[in-house]
Order: sequence, then C-alpha cells, then structure tokens
Amino acid sequence: MNDIVKPVLNESTPLNERPIALDIENLVVAVGKDGKGKKILDGVSLQVRQGETLCVVGESGSGKSVTSLATMGLLPKDSLKATSGSIKLVGEDVLQASDRRLRDLRATTMAMIFQEPMTALNPVVTVGKQIDEVLRTHTNLGSSARRAKILDMMEQVRLPDVKRIFSSYPHRLSGGQRQRIMIAMALVLEPKLLIADEPTTALDVTTQAQILKLMRDLQKDHGTAVLFITHDMGVVADIADRVAVMRQGRLVETGPLKQILSNPEMDYTRNLLSSVPSLVPRPPRIEEGFNPVVLEANELGKVYRERSFIGKPREVHAAKDVTLTLRKGRTLGIVGESGSGKSTVARCIVRLIDPTSGGIRLAGREISDLSRRALQPHRKKIQIVFQDPYRSLNPRITVGESICEGPINFGTKRSVAMARARELLELVDLPADAVNRYPHQFSGGQRQRIAIARALALDPEVLVADEAVSALDVSVQAQVLKLLDDIQTRLGIAILFITHDLRVAAQICDDVAVMQHGKVVEQGPAAEVLANPQQAYTKQLLDAAPGRGWDFANFRPVDPALVASAV
Amino acid sequence: MAIESLPNPALPSRRGPSLGFLTATPIIAIATICLTLVILSAIFAPWLTSHDPQLLAPAMRLKPASSEYLLGTDAYGRDVLARILYGGRISLLIGLGAAVTSIVIGLCIGLFSGFFKWMDAILMRVMDGLMAMPGVLLAIAVVSLSGATLTTVLIAITIPEIPRVARLVRSVVLSAREEPYVEAAISLGTSMPKIMWKHLVPNTVAPLIVQGTFIAASAILTEAILSFLGAGISPETPTWGNIMAEGRAFFQVKPSLIFWPGLLLSVAILSVNLIGDAARDALDPRMQQREAGK
Repeated sequence: MNDIVKPVLNESTPLNERPIALDIENLVVAVGKDGKGKKILDGVSLQVRQGETLCVVGESGSGKSVTSLATMGLLPKDSLKATSGSIKLVGEDVLQASDRRLRDLRATTMAMIFQEPMTALNPVVTVGKQIDEVLRTHTNLGSSARRAKILDMMEQVRLPDVKRIFSSYPHRLSGGQRQRIMIAMALVLEPKLLIADEPTTALDVTTQAQILKLMRDLQKDHGTAVLFITHDMGVVADIADRVAVMRQGRLVETGPLKQILSNPEMDYTRNLLSSVPSLVPRPPRIEEGFNPVVLEANELGKVYRERSFIGKPREVHAAKDVTLTLRKGRTLGIVGESGSGKSTVARCIVRLIDPTSGGIRLAGREISDLSRRALQPHRKKIQIVFQDPYRSLNPRITVGESICEGPINFGTKRSVAMARARELLELVDLPADAVNRYPHQFSGGQRQRIAIARALALDPEVLVADEAVSALDVSVQAQVLKLLDDIQTRLGIAILFITHDLRVAAQICDDVAVMQHGKVVEQGPAAEVLANPQQAYTKQLLDAAPGRGWDFANFRPVDPALVASAV
Repeated sequence: MAIESLPNPALPSRRGPSLGFLTATPIIAIATICLTLVILSAIFAPWLTSHDPQLLAPAMRLKPASSEYLLGTDAYGRDVLARILYGGRISLLIGLGAAVTSIVIGLCIGLFSGFFKWMDAILMRVMDGLMAMPGVLLAIAVVSLSGATLTTVLIAITIPEIPRVARLVRSVVLSAREEPYVEAAISLGTSMPKIMWKHLVPNTVAPLIVQGTFIAASAILTEAILSFLGAGISPETPTWGNIMAEGRAFFQVKPSLIFWPGLLLSVAILSVNLIGDAARDALDPRMQQREAGK
C-alpha cells in the first residue's frame, strides 16, 4: 500500500475544480437497531474536495459528531443506523462496505483525530509502537523502513527530539504533543480524508493555535481533504475553506468561509455569529460615585506539597503572591490557561481550600485565617457558580430545595425561603413553578441559571463564577452572560469571573488579571490589558485567540479604529 | 435570541430505584418467589405446624415421615418440619440483623473516614486489621469469649462484615465529596452533618442495598457454619445449622435430617444472591446510563 501516488495538486487549481474526496448525499441516521426511532440526521449533504477544509459547525445536539462517525463507519450498531442516503469516499460507498473493507479504508483512505488525545492513545504502549502498529498492519515495510517513516512523520508534525518521543509513553507528553502524535498516526498512511472532531477543544489557546497551523501546513503538503468538526466560530474563521452550519440534525446552510461569515443567508447562522463575543473589549463602564472595596486578596499563595518517604517533599506553587482588588458592582476577570492557578485562587477566596499564605479581606473582614466554624457567618457574603452545570446541582433534590439550602442554613423559615426561591427563579428567567422539578429536567443553560439563583439566594456581596459559561453553547453562553450583567446592574453585586476565554473576558470584565504559572503577570482595566497588552505573555495569549481578525457580530473584519478607540 | 424552551413536563419527575428488577428475568422472578415463601413460612411457623420444635419425645425417636410428622422426627423425637420452620426464623433474623447492623455501623465509619482526613488513617487501619482475620475464626473467638446467645452470634457475624461496608461507603464518599454540588453546599454554609445526610448518604443507598443482600446471604451461611461446628446458638434452639449438626450423626439412618434444612439453606442463600445480582444490575449507574442512552 506504500505505492499510493501523491495527488498531484497544483496550488493554483481552484478548490472547486479539484476532485471530490468525500461526498455525503442525503444522509439520514435514526435511533434504534432498525433505525425506526427519531431521526438524528435528516437529509444531510456535504462535499469535501481534495486539499479543502470543510468546517462543520453547530451547537450541541446538531448532529455534527454523528456525521463524522457515520463517515468513519463507527456508528454504534445497536443504537444508531443510517437508513438512507450515501457516503461516497473517493467514489466508494462507505455505508455499503463490509466490516473488513471498512477497517482497511479507515487506515489507508480516511483517518480521524479526536478531542481528547489521552483517551485515544493506549497508555501502556509507547507512542512509537502505536504508530508502528498502523504501518505493520497496512504496509509491507521492513522494521527499519517503518521506523524511518515514523520518525519522518514525527518531524513533520514538529515534535521535538523525535527519537526520545518515539519511545515515550503517552503520559510523558503534553496535551499538544499527544495531539501531534494523533495527527502523525492519522497521516502516516497518507489518507485522502482526515476527519477532525473538535481536535483542539481540550487544548490551551496557544497550543490550539500551533495545532491549527500545523494542520493547515500538512494539508498543503499532502493535499488531504479535511472534515473539521467544531463549535468554535473563531477556529472556523482560522481554518475553514468552506463552512457547513448544522442544527438539530439538519444542514442550515453551506458556503465559502467569507460568504458565511460576512453574509449569512439564514437567521440561525446570523444569530450564531452574533452570539460570538467580540475580542475587542467593551467600552469601560463609568464608576458612579465611590464604590467600596468588597474583596481583597493580598499576596495570596497556595503550595501543594507532594510528600515523599525519602528526601525532601516536592513543592508546587499553584498560586503565588496573588493580589487582587474587587469593588462593589464591578467585575474582575482572572484569565489564563489551564494550570495557571486561576481556579486555585477562586477556590482559596471562597475558602473551599485553605490558602498557604497571604490574606483575604471580605467586606472589610480578614477571613483567610478563620476556622471553619468562625468562617460560617461570612460564607453568605461570597458565593460561587461552577463550570459543569450537570454536576453542580444535587440530582436527588428539587431545584427549590437546592435554592433554599443556603437561606435555611442561616435561619430563614422554610416557607419564606421557598417563596424567595420562586422569586429568584423568575429573576433568572425561569418559571417560578420550576421549584418542584428535578435538575435532570433542565438543559445545561437552564441549570446554570438555577445555580446562579442558588448563589444569589444568600444576597452575597461577591459572586465567584469559575468558568461558569465555558461548558455552554455559544448562544446559551450569550444569554447567561447577559443575565449576569443584568443581575449586576440590578443588585450591585461584585463578580469575580474566572475564564480561559479572552472573548468572554473582553465582554464582561471591567478589570482583568492575567495569570501564568500561579502568578499574576498583568493586571489592569480590561480595555487596556486586552487592547494594548504590555506583557509578552498577554500578547501571546491574544495572538493565539482563534478568529481574532474577524468581528463576528458585525459580519466584517475587525476595524482597527475600533480597537484603538477602546483604549 | 429567545430563551431556551421550558422544562419538559413529560420527563419523569423523580429519579430513583424501583422494585421492577425483582421480576426482570424468569430466574430472578423464581428467586423472588422462593425467598418470599421461605420468609412467609418462617413468620407463620406457629400456624403451619402444631408441634413444639423444642419438645423432647424420647418415644418418638427417628420416626419416618407420616401424616402427623410430615418430615419425620429427629433423634430426640422432635418434629423435623417444625424445627426447620422455626429454624428459618433464627437464620433469617441473623441474615437481616447482620445486614442492617453492619450497614449502619459501616456507613458511619465510612462517612467519617471519607470526610475527615485525620480520622481516615486511624479508622481504616482498624478496618484493615479486622479484614486480615478470617471471619469464621473471628466469630468463633467472639462467641467463645462471651457465650453463645442470639445476640452474641449476631455480633460475632456482624463484626467481620463491617470493614467491607465501611470501605464501600468511604470510596463512594471520597468521589461524591469532590462533586461541585457538595462544594456548593460548603460555600452555602451547610453544616457537616447536614452535608453528609443530604448530599452524601443518598449516593451510598444503591451500592448498600446490593452489599446488604450479599451480607445477608453470607451471614445466614456463617450462622449455619458456626452451629454446625458447635460454636453457635445452643443446640436445643432450632436453627438450620443446628438441625444439620445433630443430623450428622444419623446421616446414614435418616439422610432427610440433613437434606431438608440444607435444601432450604441453599435455596434461601441462592435466592438472596440472585436478587442481589439483579439489584446491582438495576442500580449500577453505568447500567442506568445505558438505559438513558437509548
């Protein structure tokens, strides 16, 4: 199989004249062994040409991942079935292929990379061997030729020190390196089609930018057709040639990148694009009068000690000398990549974990050294909303019960607390009679509203939102952000907003603190930090933000004058 | 953009284990019926037989089955059927008692060691120590130290089961306390006992029901072993183990002395174990997810 002829592709051949690599026509996928249940995909047609990247975008439940699984012939046999339509891979219908033929096709003609590279790699086999297995199964190359080919591929995906990495186990590599290994494994047999299902969603923004660039470059060299599944409009703007927008199993519209971004035909696409928060910071809010400081962190530090039986314990500084100030009615954002210590700071401030050093002043009272018991009366002044709406509500108790828990702890009568819970649900735009329902009856966005209502039930002075909108679809995210903004205007609450998403930070924060390796590297008004960063790391973060050159909400490239005026 | 659609009223309003699994397959249905019959016959023993299980009648020794003595009599002239029916009361009582007691104690130990790090080290080492001793040996030691009554036998059987429950609860608590809703409760100022009761204990119910059935089955068997070895409840009290222990001497003359109590013992334990398996399948969260995925 090593005699695959490299497609002779001239850079100048227009995309729409190149041969079609993948042709999905009128695909219908339904639930059930016999496909008699609900239709998950309903008449989806897509084409990807050689050397072209088609981005399939959609929110959760749009059927974008099912499309990719169907193409790979990986639909779970006893629960989903393709009932009609065809998926032609270089002319061959995947839906009609035998299991044996599919296995062959999957390695040689199409390949897939997944969101979480750790789970896609076998943890007990070295990465070199894992790539080698693909070659051993599908080619007749000798072992030294295979090794040479693998090392060459590893260099192509720009892994450093390839010989060492060849014999490394997956857990020794970083997330970005693992994803590079996955890409190397996918491309080593020169497939015609590469399916990438949210390949950069689990990665940090700087790593994401590198991987996207790598995929772009490799595509140019190999002429691979790429079907790229994502929910992130920024990524789409960076990598797509053409875009297909999906919603609830149907194709909403498809077209060249420029056309979809600047002149979408369908309302749904317009709404989706308008929901993408802009990277250009919103105009700074004017502080009316004097706002008292409600929360102060003073040289806060958290050290994790890994005890060892022999030798000195290893110390990890999860947070070091973090100093923050938050005033009434203002929003302070802490931004940073994973491992930057932003969540550690939030959890120290709420005293879910105890800081190792430094002080926390909440409404003028030092709380960092209070015992659990002494802390109790101060708990009500600061509340937290978590990232995962599916785990932050106890599934076994009603929504009303959850919201009442705080007030009842502080001596409010049950009936009074329940009446307040009904009011709070209306405040977060849910019906008051939702109090009697259980969390599983609500969607992710609705659950996050409930979590916000629960936090507000104690009338806190500070609300800590720890990646509170990161797990939500972009349109739902926009609604929850608007809700937080409304609540802040109405109640004058101060918000500490932890996020990895600079777009969200730009739209909701008055002030921003950028964290890296447990330290605050830059701090100041959002408009200054995000529009005119002074530190190299902040610049790097902003440069890596996907789709930074496009103003999604206004369907045009970012206007440099607007950026300048924000400063 | 419009707010997302409102909650769907068609969804079930309560999530929780139902008893439907008791008839999930024909074998489990048979097990349920058998166990019910055994339990009913033990409860209604005084109405099912007019004989006193402890009344000695030397004249009626080792009589074969007849219309008066449906299963015959034993070496002391006592009615075997009556002894087996009344014996079921002790055996089942011990099964239930051991399950409930070890779960209550193990739940407390597991909760505390799962929630408080400093207690964990102490409690779990004690549990490790208990687990290192063979259960029957420990039971014999306890019984010989304090004399054999129903209470001491129950205690002797319960002690070796406690570590298993405690470890199970501890592992559930360790993973549940990391859940954001437990952290939310901490920041809402909920007290430790309330967090345990409201947010942690409900997570242990399903695994404990399953564990409880296995403890019950094993306790019934251990009681029989203790009685058979002569370390159990005093011989005149009928238990399945005692009946078999006495019948051993006359096995060649009258095998039914061992056969009938042995059969009931096997049926009871097998049924409880099968129901436990079915409960595990029905309550396992992974199985629930599979159902929900359909």
